Amino acid sequence: MHYAIGGRAIFAGLDLTVPRGRITAIMGPSGGGKTTLLKLITGQLFADRGSVRVFGQDVATLDRRALYALRQRLGLLFQSGALLTDMDVFDNVAFPVREHTDLPETLLRKLVLTKLQAVGLRGAAHLLPAELSGGMGRRVALARAIVLDPEVLMYDEPFVGLDPISLGVILRLIKQMNSALGITSIVVSHDVRELATIADESYLLLGGRIAAAGTPEQLRTSSSPAVQQFMTGNAEGPVAFNYPAPDYATQLLADGDE
Amino acid sequence: MNNAARSDNYLLDGLRRLGSVALFLLPLLGQALPALARPDLVVKQIYNAGARSLIIVMLSGLFVGMVLALQGYDLLQRFGSEEALGSAAALGLLRELAPVVTALLFAGRAGTALTSEIGLMRATDQLTAMEIMAVDPLRYVAAPRFVGGVIAMPLLTAIFSLIGLYGAQLIGVQLMGVDKGAFWSQTQGTVVLHDVSEGMVKSIVFGVVCSLIAVHEGYHAEPTAEGVGLATTRTVVASSVLILLLDYVLTAAFL
Repeated sequence: MHYAIGGRAIFAGLDLTVPRGRITAIMGPSGGGKTTLLKLITGQLFADRGSVRVFGQDVATLDRRALYALRQRLGLLFQSGALLTDMDVFDNVAFPVREHTDLPETLLRKLVLTKLQAVGLRGAAHLLPAELSGGMGRRVALARAIVLDPEVLMYDEPFVGLDPISLGVILRLIKQMNSALGITSIVVSHDVRELATIADESYLLLGGRIAAAGTPEQLRTSSSPAVQQFMTGNAEGPVAFNYPAPDYATQLLADGDE
Repeated sequence: MNNAARSDNYLLDGLRRLGSVALFLLPLLGQALPALARPDLVVKQIYNAGARSLIIVMLSGLFVGMVLALQGYDLLQRFGSEEALGSAAALGLLRELAPVVTALLFAGRAGTALTSEIGLMRATDQLTAMEIMAVDPLRYVAAPRFVGGVIAMPLLTAIFSLIGLYGAQLIGVQLMGVDKGAFWSQTQGTVVLHDVSEGMVKSIVFGVVCSLIAVHEGYHAEPTAEGVGLATTRTVVASSVLILLLDYVLTAAFL
């Protein structure tokens, strides 16, 4: 699968399969196209060449109705939470249910409270998104993502900016969603250590292709210098840390005006 | 860049925007009927765009009517026909001032609110989140706001006319001493349905234009703080210019 933004190739010959019912970790440096990959899976973007198949359907060939039907089987947890700011926590979680089903209000209430209980925020049902901390917002977003029991749940950078307790809770939740509900999970992140504790499979994306694949343990013991650099967090190595730029000395010594 | 090239760019940019707005109208109209099937969403937007603009529209209507009476009286008494004040004020308000001034106020009060609200929803991923949840933001967010604006505008215009006429009566009859009976009977005698419908048609057209621009600018705003600010400015500028331009066209068509 190939994909480029503004001429810059994000993916060049990426070939990746996510097995059903397991937790797959997708790791890679920032700007490596991890979020773009999720957008390709949900059909917000389409591949330039090659195809993205979800549940055996090529996303690019689906019409609007089929795409929306497909999306109902997917859940995506945004890094920012992306809660609807004009309604409270309860209504946010209830939103997909109200839009897609005719569930009576009493049943809806029970469903939403169950999901909020699962993320430990049943008591916060009446709060507005603006009154929540970042970690709480993400947990509400998680409750919203699972309220319609999706078959696949995608997490976009779920560990960023969380305190250790929230982090532990989110990790446990991801694990529980998978083991208790059998949800296929795709976790996109660059937090190697956290991912290692929950992932069944992991892929390391570097330069638009898969640099390594296997269990987190296999990745850790990989002999590839690029993989080692990423796993140990070294700025020096085959993976370029600096954004492409003209020669440092030349630019500093050049006359001020360009 | 020389001046010719720059003005060329402005022209092209303006045309591109106009085209983009016009193209946005089609999917929006396509979603207008489904939006009407969700009266809860539309009523909320009529409240936001209409009810919340009531105070400013009523206040402006009152003063526009009062000024109209002062100026009109001064002019008419030179010809000794102060009794015509009622019809002059009523025609001026119904056909011209109420739809235009209300639309300008609407663009500034409700249009900017719409643009910045939708723009911020875009900037904070809320629209994307809806798409992922298989809820079309065009139907859930854009269409109810568009329909709400289109419904609110004629209502606000009617209220503006009413209050304006009351203001004119207040100054003309109470202050300037025009005979009350003459004021109202002249008004009643001159105003015909055609005058009322001219104002109403104008206000509906302005409602479509203002709501369309506001929703379009918000929906396509650059998802940054600066982008939302720029989009809000564009809403006011584009709406105001188009209101005055279309007012001329519509007036010419109705005469």
